[in-house]
Amino acid sequence: MGNKILVFIEQRNSQIKKASFEAAKTAHDLSSKLSLEAEAVVIGNDINNLESIGNYGINKVKHFKNPDLLSYSPSAYTKILNEYAKESGASIIIVPNTSLGKDLAPRVSAKLDAGLAMDCIALDVQSKEIIATRPIYAGKVLLDVKLSSPVKIFTLRPNIFPATVVGDSKAEVSITNVDNPDLSTKVIEIKKSEGKLDVAEAEIIVSGGRGMKGPEHFKLIDDLAEILGAAAGSSRAVVDAGWRPHSEQVGQTGKTVSPTLYIALGISGAIQHLAGMRSSKFIVAVNKDKDAPIFQIADYGIVGDVFEVVPAMIEEIKKIKS
Amino acid sequence: MKIAVCVSHVPDTAAKINITGDGKGIDQNGVTYVVNPYDEFAIEEALKTKEKLGGDTVVISLGGEANKETLRKALAMGIDNAVLLKDDAYRDSLSVAKALADEIKSQNAELVFFGKQSVDFDNSVVGQITAELLGYSCVSVVVDFKLDGNKIIAEREIEGGKEVVETTLPAIITAQKGLNEPRYASLKGIMAAKKKVIEEKPASSANNFVEVITMKRPAPKQAGKIVGTDATAVPELIRLLHEEAKVI
Repeated sequence: MGNKILVFIEQRNSQIKKASFEAAKTAHDLSSKLSLEAEAVVIGNDINNLESIGNYGINKVKHFKNPDLLSYSPSAYTKILNEYAKESGASIIIVPNTSLGKDLAPRVSAKLDAGLAMDCIALDVQSKEIIATRPIYAGKVLLDVKLSSPVKIFTLRPNIFPATVVGDSKAEVSITNVDNPDLSTKVIEIKKSEGKLDVAEAEIIVSGGRGMKGPEHFKLIDDLAEILGAAAGSSRAVVDAGWRPHSEQVGQTGKTVSPTLYIALGISGAIQHLAGMRSSKFIVAVNKDKDAPIFQIADYGIVGDVFEVVPAMIEEIKKIKS
Repeated sequence: MKIAVCVSHVPDTAAKINITGDGKGIDQNGVTYVVNPYDEFAIEEALKTKEKLGGDTVVISLGGEANKETLRKALAMGIDNAVLLKDDAYRDSLSVAKALADEIKSQNAELVFFGKQSVDFDNSVVGQITAELLGYSCVSVVVDFKLDGNKIIAEREIEGGKEVVETTLPAIITAQKGLNEPRYASLKGIMAAKKKVIEEKPASSANNFVEVITMKRPAPKQAGKIVGTDATAVPELIRLLHEEAKVI
């Protein structure tokens, strides 16, 4: 049986993703609590500033390298991580719960016959065992689980675990060149949404609901989002009505989000919407209806007309920013 | 070609979820169950693929007697056959995937659709695990699917865009909202589905590695401050966000 913690570091376009630093710091914390060695694994081509993983307490990085690994290939990444987990004797694997991590972790779990806890928001160590807390029913319920398999995989919800710098040390990077990666399933193109931030990654989200009265009024949402450097989000009602794309939907059949600031405009707060955004650090609601459920979880609310309040917000924020 | 769809039977997203006294499960009282919303896109894509290329469709669900309702819905939409892998006990995702993989193998299905996740336990992993167990290729969270001969071009949603993925059959595709517009069952379809026999067999057994310790409600969030009732409250709101919350 293995006795090592492996943390998977995700890169996109050769840049390390923020969620990977969160995972690295979490792996560092686990390694001291469980007295296990921790090591990072990264798959890609040239990767910028890889040594910086050391700042988060992980001093060894294994880098699997090939130009064809720059973009995600489910087949190649699975094979490499699976084989390295076996070779290095990993007993715990930590993966960021990003779109890539969500695809990769279950594949590796199948290969290693490893129990899996996805989208964890806390990893607590009790008597040398990890108790993972994960939201289920889109956050209506929190589930505590324990994994009993020899190899255990945990994926971490982004923006929850702090990526605190623990020191100023460079990680020692060891490169393995990969010959003929298994590209039987591979990404051949990435289509970027035109310059838009994604709700799943944004620090601030400005969301609109049915109270916006029509797709033509979402310019207000986009304007406020732009001035705040925020992502635009939507309620299910407006996505189902075809006013906004599904990629913006927040809630149980959309995305579950935990930004620092969530601004809900003309959203009454259906149970499936609240479930998807209630873990936001600060919530602001603007709605005409003082009894709207959104006010029960909002930190700050204005009971008023979005068409008057939002333009005033834009003006007021401009003053602060200037 | 044999096309399979794997579906789950889950509480309606509008349902309020209460936890049982022992903290190990969900209080079934007053909870309506429905076809997992993402599975409707999977069913639709299976039907569209069959309409284009021919073949046989089968819907598979693992669970108790109640899952038959969801299987009938799939039959009513136009799926040819249904299989219930009977098991009332709790199973983790890996154990569910093992039983589904066994059934897919015995059905000899070359193309299998799943919803990208069940809206109960929200793991979003069963499709990918099943594919790896079978040695099938897999594309998850798919919003566009094209099959040309043996070759698949699928688009999957990622942060801030889409990845176009190329692979080949046999394959598992997990469906995301936006893949298609699921059809409504016709009256004729509903009548025909009532007459169809749902094949029942025991789900093959497998170990659970995920032990449920307890379920709890998230800590209630304190309702905050109503800053005002019109646009005159905006300067104070922005001041609070800037100086008190320090988020802008």
